[in-house]
Amino acid sequence: MTYIAKPALHHPTLTKNKVGYTRRDYEGRISTLCAGCGHDSISAAIIQACWELDIAPHRVAKMSGIGCSSKTPDYFLSASHGLNSVHGRMPSCLTGASLANRELLYLGVSGDGDSASIGLGQFAHAMRRGVPMVYIVENNGVYGLTKGQFSPTADKGSQSKKGAMNIDSAVDLVSLALQLGASYVARGFSGDKAQLVPLIKGAMRHGGAAFIDVISPCVAFNNHAGSTRSYDHVREHNQALNRIDFIDLAPEAKAEPGAGELLSLPQADGSLLHLRKLHAAHDPTSRLAAMTTIQTLQQQGELPTGLLYVDAQARNLHQQLKMVPGALNALDEAALCPGGAQLERINAALR
Amino acid sequence: MKRIESTNDFVIKFANINGSGSASANELFARAILRMGVPVAPRNIFPSNIQGLPTWYELRVTEAGWLGRRGGVDMMVAMNPQTWAQDVKEIEPGGYLFYDSTKPIDCGRSDITVIGMPATAICNGTYEDARQRTLFKNILVLGALAELMSVELAAIEQLFAEQYKGKEKLLDGNVRALHAGASFAREHLGQHQVGLKVKRADQVGNRIFVEGNAASALGMVYGGATVCAWYPITPSSSVAEGFQSYCKKLRSTEDGEAKYAIVQAEDEIASVGMILGAGWNGARAFTATSGPGVSLMTEFLGFGYFAEVPFTIINVQRGGPSTGMPTRTQQADLLACAYASHGDTKHVMLFPEDPHECFEFSATALDLADRLQTPVFVMSDLDIGMNQRLCEPFHWDDARRYDRGKVLSAADLEAGKEFARYKDLDGDSIPYRTLPGTHPKLGSYFTRGSTHNAQAVYSEAGSDYMYISDRLQRKFQTAAKIAPQPAVRAAEKPTRLGVIYYGSTAPSMDEALASLAADDIHLDALRMRAFPFPQSVKDFILAHDAVFVVEQNRDGQLRTLLVNELEIDPARLRKVLHFDGTPITARFIAAAITKQVHELAVSPKEVKA
Ligand SMILES: Cc1ncc(C[n+]2csc(CCOP(=O)(O)OP(=O)(O)O)c2C)c(N)n1
Ligand code: SF4
Repeated sequence: MTYIAKPALHHPTLTKNKVGYTRRDYEGRISTLCAGCGHDSISAAIIQACWELDIAPHRVAKMSGIGCSSKTPDYFLSASHGLNSVHGRMPSCLTGASLANRELLYLGVSGDGDSASIGLGQFAHAMRRGVPMVYIVENNGVYGLTKGQFSPTADKGSQSKKGAMNIDSAVDLVSLALQLGASYVARGFSGDKAQLVPLIKGAMRHGGAAFIDVISPCVAFNNHAGSTRSYDHVREHNQALNRIDFIDLAPEAKAEPGAGELLSLPQADGSLLHLRKLHAAHDPTSRLAAMTTIQTLQQQGELPTGLLYVDAQARNLHQQLKMVPGALNALDEAALCPGGAQLERINAALR
Repeated sequence: MKRIESTNDFVIKFANINGSGSASANELFARAILRMGVPVAPRNIFPSNIQGLPTWYELRVTEAGWLGRRGGVDMMVAMNPQTWAQDVKEIEPGGYLFYDSTKPIDCGRSDITVIGMPATAICNGTYEDARQRTLFKNILVLGALAELMSVELAAIEQLFAEQYKGKEKLLDGNVRALHAGASFAREHLGQHQVGLKVKRADQVGNRIFVEGNAASALGMVYGGATVCAWYPITPSSSVAEGFQSYCKKLRSTEDGEAKYAIVQAEDEIASVGMILGAGWNGARAFTATSGPGVSLMTEFLGFGYFAEVPFTIINVQRGGPSTGMPTRTQQADLLACAYASHGDTKHVMLFPEDPHECFEFSATALDLADRLQTPVFVMSDLDIGMNQRLCEPFHWDDARRYDRGKVLSAADLEAGKEFARYKDLDGDSIPYRTLPGTHPKLGSYFTRGSTHNAQAVYSEAGSDYMYISDRLQRKFQTAAKIAPQPAVRAAEKPTRLGVIYYGSTAPSMDEALASLAADDIHLDALRMRAFPFPQSVKDFILAHDAVFVVEQNRDGQLRTLLVNELEIDPARLRKVLHFDGTPITARFIAAAITKQVHELAVSPKEVKA
């Protein structure tokens, strides 16, 4: 039940990060999701990423749509403001919020039904606008909250718990995000936290439209044989393209291991993404190569995961709109109102 | 045949082809008359199409200053062969027809004066370039009409000089065409005595001449809106476009950086989502739309109401339902906006009567949205939005401060001020809010459309739902007190009749009241300026035996709201409805009320078995 808050007692030996918070400070209310739901693992990964990145919890705005996945922002970062918008429309709310105050970190959490069905349009347009945010889809191939209908990301031919066959082809959100212009595109698996946490950290430092599709099995409705989003299926078909390491705002001094294996990608804000390539052919700095790799592997029934594409030079919406630095919501009358004398001149021109 | 003879009081109508460049010449004609101190009231009648279809510009010249549509046409300037027959028919007996006689036509009427000017032929003989031929044809006609109707050429020249400052070649060309038209009229049309004349007067004062949409846009700039998200739709697009161009001039730093953000969204759902997000995050945000857009926005409107998020919607109403009449006017979205969304939902609406109030109410709406923490509609319409109206100049008091409503700062929270997001701490049913990022430990909360308790925590308890729901209802009573109050005007003589009207109906209503009074029908008048209605509206209705409710829709939507919200006996409220998409006229109102007054005076007919 969501109205039970976690006890605020902190263990005195819990270590603090650079901004003075323990990991517990990044938690939220007790989850009401089913035990074993992939979404809870993603919440845990978000908590770890924020703690490790020394992000003050209240500087995050967490926003979501409707669905089990969209409930999760209540279960992490209780010191930050949250907004559960309407079904599928998180992207527009987040876009407006980010225009109002560009100084916060915007974290959008959504489901595959939320983003790929009713919200597909908003998803697409947020990507092409380059809204600076981390957009996470907790992708389980079903509608969890409405009890197990197929979602548009369910693979053609996969089976529902009740035995129905999915006859529609699947919407592939990472391919879409790439095509639409997202400048950081990744796919993770809720069962692989070691891979997921750095992906989230990289997205949080990216500064443009960062999209992470996280395969997140629904234990209640989509974890059976015949489902292509079950824990077992994903574990068997996961093709990790790379492992990333995220070094925040500091050039790294580690000796390079075997040449060609490690790639260092400086980000716009000075931080470094270290990529250990597992698939030698995958070049994460090329949109085209990313598309090819994804399509090729998916045709073979494999699920490519890892950092698929990143463009550190991407310009975001605020830059495109040439907005003043600082938050628009903090501007006062002096900055906003042209004043009575100016209005007289406008009047004069209208006579 | 008796010709219509009138100075400073007539209607001239220009029938043109959309996209032929006639609009600016027509506007120049209107402005020149204004410069002569004579009030004018123009109406654009245009198709939902960019090029080729018929378009009309109807100009009422009115020394008495009546700014509604009069009805009837004294002079038709028929430049569109497509609509020739219809245009000729519209002219009042004794009126005038001015047309391009390059190909002479017999109009088939002997009760009007026909004036032909071979405008196309003259232009073809004078200008090589095809574009110049069409552009200067309009100016040539303007010159001839000015000459025939005594509009001062100097006033037009002055307008040219202002318009083409620094573009001497254009200025020269226009002035030459103007004089060519005037001398043609002097030399060849002199025999046609036009009885419609303009004479200098002093009736314009310091009023301004502007479209409502431009005024709304400017009001948003002055009122401190920083985020605008919109999706193109007639007749509201020029609000967002106007906001963009005013902001560029008035809200950019020296380095060209923007103190505003404008996004053309992918649809109305996204545009309202964006302004909701911005409002949630403490920016003043608005969108401009029309009926179909409001329909799409409803889910978010319910969310804004229930989660108590401020934002403003300018609804420039057009003819509905569905796509309806996109380029015609109505006041038919009242019910859709008042109760937009499912569940028990209610929204604040403001009803500007003219561009002056469009400016004023835009800024007011931003204040009210922040104060009340709720969506607020400004209910404009095509008639005010897309027609220039003569109105009082805009005014801004530099001492005016934005009302940002109840927002707790970090210092407030530190000082131990109580924060419970949805609790009524002050007895006005308006809670306090905090903005994201305010304080590291205090004041965060979760905004959601599902039921929440006073602390903003998810709840499925009926008692929590009742608390929020009842408080929202009471908050609406606060809204009725702080929104713009109705304007009441007593009749010259004591009367048991009243009339209620709102928005763009106002100028025609003013004129109708005067003409009814001249016929000894006296009415106390109440102009509604906002929804919800304060107690004074109920008092006004109860103080009269019968109250006419004049509006521009089929179903009497304001009347429904009055009956529903104030629990008025419907029999007291008599409908006067106009809904063919043209702006209501004084003639129509006066006739409808006169008829009903006569019916009222008749005792009930006997019912026979
Ligand atoms: C307008 C609207 N239509 C339908 C619903 C019902 N609804 C609630 S959640 C949901 C689907 C959620 O699926 P998904 O986004 O995949 O999230 P999950 O629960 O699987 O995490 C639907 C259809 C709604 N809330 N609003
Ligand atoms: S129904 Fe599925 S998605 Fe929803 S909480 Fe349970 S396991 Fe998770």
